[in-house]
Amino acid sequence: MKKKLRRTMMYVPGNNPGMLSDAHIYGADSLMFDLEDSISLKEKDSARLLVYNAVKTIDYGDVEIVVRINGLDTPFGRNDIEAMVRAGVHVIRLPKTETAEDVRKVEKIIEEIEKKIGRPIGSTKMMGAIESPLGVINAVEIAKASSRLIGIAIGAEDFVTNMKTKRSPEGIELLYARSQLLIAARAAGICALDTVYSDVENEEGFRKEVQLIKQLGFDGKSIINPRQIAPVYEIYAPTEEEINEALKVMSAIREAEKKGLGVVSLNGKMIDKPIVERAERILELGNIALPEKEEE
Amino acid sequence: MKNSIGREIPENILGYREVHKYSSPFDKKPLGRRASPPLKQVKPDDSKLLSNIEEAIKKVGLKDGMTISFHHHFRSGDYILNMVIDTIGRMGIKNITIAPSSLSNIHEPLIKHIENGVITGIHTSGVRGELANEISKGLMEKPIVIRSHGGRARAIEAGEIKIDVAFLGVPSCDEYGNAKGKGQKSMCGSLGYAIVDAKYADAVVAITDDLVPYPNIPASIDQTSVDYVVEVDCLGDSNRIASGATRFTKNPKELLIAEYASRVIINSQYFKNGFSFQTGSGGSSLAVTRFLKKEMNLRNYRARFALGGITKPMVEMYEEGLIENLIDVQSFDLVAAESISKNSNHYEIDASQYANPHNRGCFANQLDVVVLSALEIDKDFNVNVITGSDGMIRGASGGHSDTAASAKLSIIVAPLVRGRIPTVVDRVNTVITPGETIDVLVTDRGIAVNPRRKDILESIKDKGLPIVSIETLKESAEKIVGKPKSIEYEDRTVAVVEYRDGSIEDVIKQIK
Repeated sequence: MKKKLRRTMMYVPGNNPGMLSDAHIYGADSLMFDLEDSISLKEKDSARLLVYNAVKTIDYGDVEIVVRINGLDTPFGRNDIEAMVRAGVHVIRLPKTETAEDVRKVEKIIEEIEKKIGRPIGSTKMMGAIESPLGVINAVEIAKASSRLIGIAIGAEDFVTNMKTKRSPEGIELLYARSQLLIAARAAGICALDTVYSDVENEEGFRKEVQLIKQLGFDGKSIINPRQIAPVYEIYAPTEEEINEALKVMSAIREAEKKGLGVVSLNGKMIDKPIVERAERILELGNIALPEKEEE
Repeated sequence: MKNSIGREIPENILGYREVHKYSSPFDKKPLGRRASPPLKQVKPDDSKLLSNIEEAIKKVGLKDGMTISFHHHFRSGDYILNMVIDTIGRMGIKNITIAPSSLSNIHEPLIKHIENGVITGIHTSGVRGELANEISKGLMEKPIVIRSHGGRARAIEAGEIKIDVAFLGVPSCDEYGNAKGKGQKSMCGSLGYAIVDAKYADAVVAITDDLVPYPNIPASIDQTSVDYVVEVDCLGDSNRIASGATRFTKNPKELLIAEYASRVIINSQYFKNGFSFQTGSGGSSLAVTRFLKKEMNLRNYRARFALGGITKPMVEMYEEGLIENLIDVQSFDLVAAESISKNSNHYEIDASQYANPHNRGCFANQLDVVVLSALEIDKDFNVNVITGSDGMIRGASGGHSDTAASAKLSIIVAPLVRGRIPTVVDRVNTVITPGETIDVLVTDRGIAVNPRRKDILESIKDKGLPIVSIETLKESAEKIVGKPKSIEYEDRTVAVVEYRDGSIEDVIKQIK
């Protein structure tokens, strides 16, 4: 099976019917319907209902549907989880995750509801958003807290405020948190998503930030406008050279497997596991089919 | 009786001339000779300058039952039409037919003049606002006649619209009638629609708010066509030329549609160095130029000409050297209006040159690509740009059917649904442009190619574009918003929709 790419995860306010019905047409890898910060207190219930019905009725095709719920420390969190599990969303995203316990509490409720409604246990995935210094410190534990977790994301606005600073174009203030998050995600074998870039009009600044987070190793970026999709794909797209090299690596591997060779070399250089993994990632990003594996 | 696009056309329409059914885009052949204005004499000492509109009306001998014309280069900023009709009403003249090139929201005061019998007939490209609503509800006894811009020029030249007096607002004019589209107080750029009126009307009154010393040349409308000149305080609000209809979009859905449309163009056989194009004034349509520009730069292509309603993005491309000539029948915004007097290869043409199907060849005939909008489009690719989902008149025919029939590649850009209203439907409310002249429909949810154009399908498939059948688009629209109830109409015809050749494509009935 092809691995799920998460280069772009687009925020969609859960109270906007127009956006909910169209969000998937722009080609984001994942959509994140928001019930939390973008929804005012008096609209919490109507947004929940709206998202529930949207997920139930609209054909979103292959797009991954993530819903950011309100925290369990609010009167809305539990209802959000119940409605979204019932709606059958792919991923429930926890806001402001600070400890592994936060993840497990939500997981417990998800499981209860899955049982109650007869959904396969574990079919609702989870994601944690880390938005505080405590969350950053606990990132490793959080990333390993549940087998439902498909990834963790950094939310920068609260974090920089807690850190008594603000965001800069270079992002030096986020370097530690981003790195910590990435290491945690990689150690746990899950995705790492970067924070939003809120100045939609500043494409140049956005591109710089995407280049930075790609180089750091993030799987992708949270975005807030369809106009931010194309630049991310452009930056994440492998070059033709990279694709050709990756295809060579993969066919050398296939060739060696066929011959039963343990050690594989290409142009005199040994191909080891990291090289193969990099090649696979490049082909994924380039949306290139792997060379056929011959069936035994 | 039904015409070839399945529209029921009455055998006789009260208050309309003999009925010709539409059959196919170039089927109807013209007969006879061009109409012509009477010969006149102006002696060396005669003055054309009059002190006000009332005096002009008296001088030209306007009487009950006559036809008068106006242009709509000021769009919803036009003051002249209301000014003249108010005067005519005050003078007690009745039973006037008006033949403006189009009408907009600002012309709502016409309602009272129709109610009291001053105006009894309307020929126009479109109507909007309250006036349109009232006409849809049966305000007029005689049906109004909707024509395309090319169709209007044709009808005037063929004598089907005989203009007794043309009242033409001109931003600058000398006292002998040499007029231009730019003055100190107001500006509208091209006077393309007005030029036709000036050539064929029995009498021409130039109304200006900038009376300049003789000779005001080179003139768009010259002294040999103008009988009288009147100075007024203000012609119109130039800033409202671009209001509403033309804008620079940031709407992601419009941008997505524009991007798809540009990729259709880029992959078609018509995208090459020296191609020509026209875009409409809708958000997506305008945005197409932005994407084309990128690709043209990449391939080092230049467009030989851009036609039509000229817009700011086109002027920018001209100034960057990406378009060699701007051919302008109507300036769609102030940047375009300004450019025509400033840029040497920005040319003014009249509406007959633009799109008249019955002259010796119009500019539209030389067009490679046109991008147009739609309110509705049906499974046969027929397009409606005149009536809304409530059945009311709310738009204009414009150059839609002219350019669709003439261009080598005609593309419709439209969102699949607008709010709760589907754009792709079984059968459009009113046909303005026959489906056989539409090649590709681009929506935010997919692209449909007219099965008549297998060549285009061939060139754009496998290019990563979401190509589907138009039936699929119709079904997806229905899945999102459901199937609307059909609109209920009375028997009475309130508007006749003429195709550019003068045959009848459709009629609009009175709303229940």
